[in-house]
Amino acid sequence: MTKRAPDVSASPPRRRSKYTLAPLVLIAANVVLFALFFVWPAVIGLVYSFTNYTGVGAFQFVGLDNYQHLFGDSTFFDALTRTLLYTVLFVPLNFVFSLLIANVLVSKHAKGVSVARVFFFIPWLLSPIVVGVLWRWLFGENFGLVNYVIEKLGGSAVPWQSNADLSLLVVVVAASWAWTGFSMLLFIAAIKNVPVSYYEAASLDGAGPWRQFVSITLPSIAPTSFIVILLNTIHAMKEYPLFASLNSGGPGTSNNLLVQYIYQTGFKSGQIGYASAASFVLMLILMAVAIIQLVVNRRVENR
Amino acid sequence: MTTTDMPRKVDAGRGRAVRKKRPSSSASGGLRRAVPATTLLWVLAALYGMPVLWFVLSSFKPAGDLFSLPLTLLPHDPTVSGYKAAWDSANFSEYFINTTIVCVIATILTVGVSCCTGYALAKYDNKWLKVFFVGILATTMLPSEVMLAPQFLVVRDLGLYNSLAGIIIPAVLTATGCFMFRQFFLTVPDELIEAARIDGARELSIFLRIMVPISRPIMLTLAILSFQWRWNDYIWPLLMLNDPDKFTVQIGIQSLVGAQNINWSLVLGGSVISMIPLIVIFLVFQRYVMNADINAGLKD
Repeated sequence: MTKRAPDVSASPPRRRSKYTLAPLVLIAANVVLFALFFVWPAVIGLVYSFTNYTGVGAFQFVGLDNYQHLFGDSTFFDALTRTLLYTVLFVPLNFVFSLLIANVLVSKHAKGVSVARVFFFIPWLLSPIVVGVLWRWLFGENFGLVNYVIEKLGGSAVPWQSNADLSLLVVVVAASWAWTGFSMLLFIAAIKNVPVSYYEAASLDGAGPWRQFVSITLPSIAPTSFIVILLNTIHAMKEYPLFASLNSGGPGTSNNLLVQYIYQTGFKSGQIGYASAASFVLMLILMAVAIIQLVVNRRVENR
Repeated sequence: MTTTDMPRKVDAGRGRAVRKKRPSSSASGGLRRAVPATTLLWVLAALYGMPVLWFVLSSFKPAGDLFSLPLTLLPHDPTVSGYKAAWDSANFSEYFINTTIVCVIATILTVGVSCCTGYALAKYDNKWLKVFFVGILATTMLPSEVMLAPQFLVVRDLGLYNSLAGIIIPAVLTATGCFMFRQFFLTVPDELIEAARIDGARELSIFLRIMVPISRPIMLTLAILSFQWRWNDYIWPLLMLNDPDKFTVQIGIQSLVGAQNINWSLVLGGSVISMIPLIVIFLVFQRYVMNADINAGLKD
């Protein structure tokens, strides 16, 4: 990956050893940070996951106890299933909307694209905390705009906060709203790289816009689609601030997700060892997601 | 707003092909096609813009009017009392200053360190660099959320708990930043470095005098992204800070909505204040954000 331009690699090999000090000086700061805040925590995290460490004092190795407990812990399983459900709902919704919007934005027929783009982009700038506050305000059960409109249209107020499933749904909508800007940017770049001649040829053959989209755009942007799905899946698996500010994982604890579970066991109850074990389960899931997507991606590209 | 000059700049790097994206329709068909596409675009834009618009307009309503029916889009009697209340009563000004300090220092350090690392990764051939490159790749695989507890312990043991430095320093290493600079420096011809070497320039002065100045656009892009990451950060500052005097804006807002009875006037005002810096930065520098190769994007 660090291959240099051909003219340089063609020069005599002894040049290589000539420059060791300069690059090492240049990366020194990051090497220190990497060791301190990545390698060290990763190692002690793995070690602590086999102990009953509470953050202070002595600790004992307890073998796989933490992991065994974890698999017998219904709170953990609830958090895990809720996280997976959230991911399964959020990722497709975000995908469809950002792809739709990217296509409309590159269309030469649409007017006012440059202004409209700002509307899609601003939500991505907002912090998850503010996004949560904003949707909490919109979906308030007694005061929110959404219920007001529903009642005006003759419906009855919907329990957006007190029904666990609806409450999760609001977070899903809020998250896809907020993340459209990011996915959309990736899609726009990908769509613009599709050679125009493909469309011209298809158009001569009488293919309509939908046919062109399905047969040309979609296959051409497949690699980007995978990246979008991968990034959004990983993002969704570690969502926390949005839940914290939108419904605090509520009603009750029904929408506590994995990161919140880790936060609460680790920092509220001081079970660092146990929380570390939960973290490693999350890590394994994230790595599995990444590996599956890499394999699928490679298979698609080789076809 | 500076939005009108956006497409020109965004398209600038992509060449002429972009402009004739789709096969052009005949003049008579233009309008027929423009109407549905434009309608769809603006319906979607309204859908996405509405929540923010409603939120911002509500923030100008007096506290007593927030819940008075019928709900109206425009405040009858616009006031900034919610803003004033937020700014004064909840130590918001303090949070705001803390967050600004964190963002500015973290951003400067992130840009500087990422620039050095990206340059080294792009222009030197050394097996240790390759090892380190794989290491940086690994940080994207293992997000900080899964290492919350051990990272917290490390930072605590380093004596950085409950200090702004504890938020700033761990944030400086970012894979995205290193990749952005690496990609940029790969496109810089090696002849430039060779010529400088022949002229007798030393390695680090080549970097500082030639490479740093030409990477200015990447610096700006990463600076904007980094500022946004730090401004919006929540969980790490929440873990690190115990002392309310050191809280950041996001923690401040979350503590307001976490309260038993939410004072919505305060929350709305505070939230809108917290959006302002990023929106201003975005509107000023949007071409850098829109052009950012955020593919590696990802992590903060």
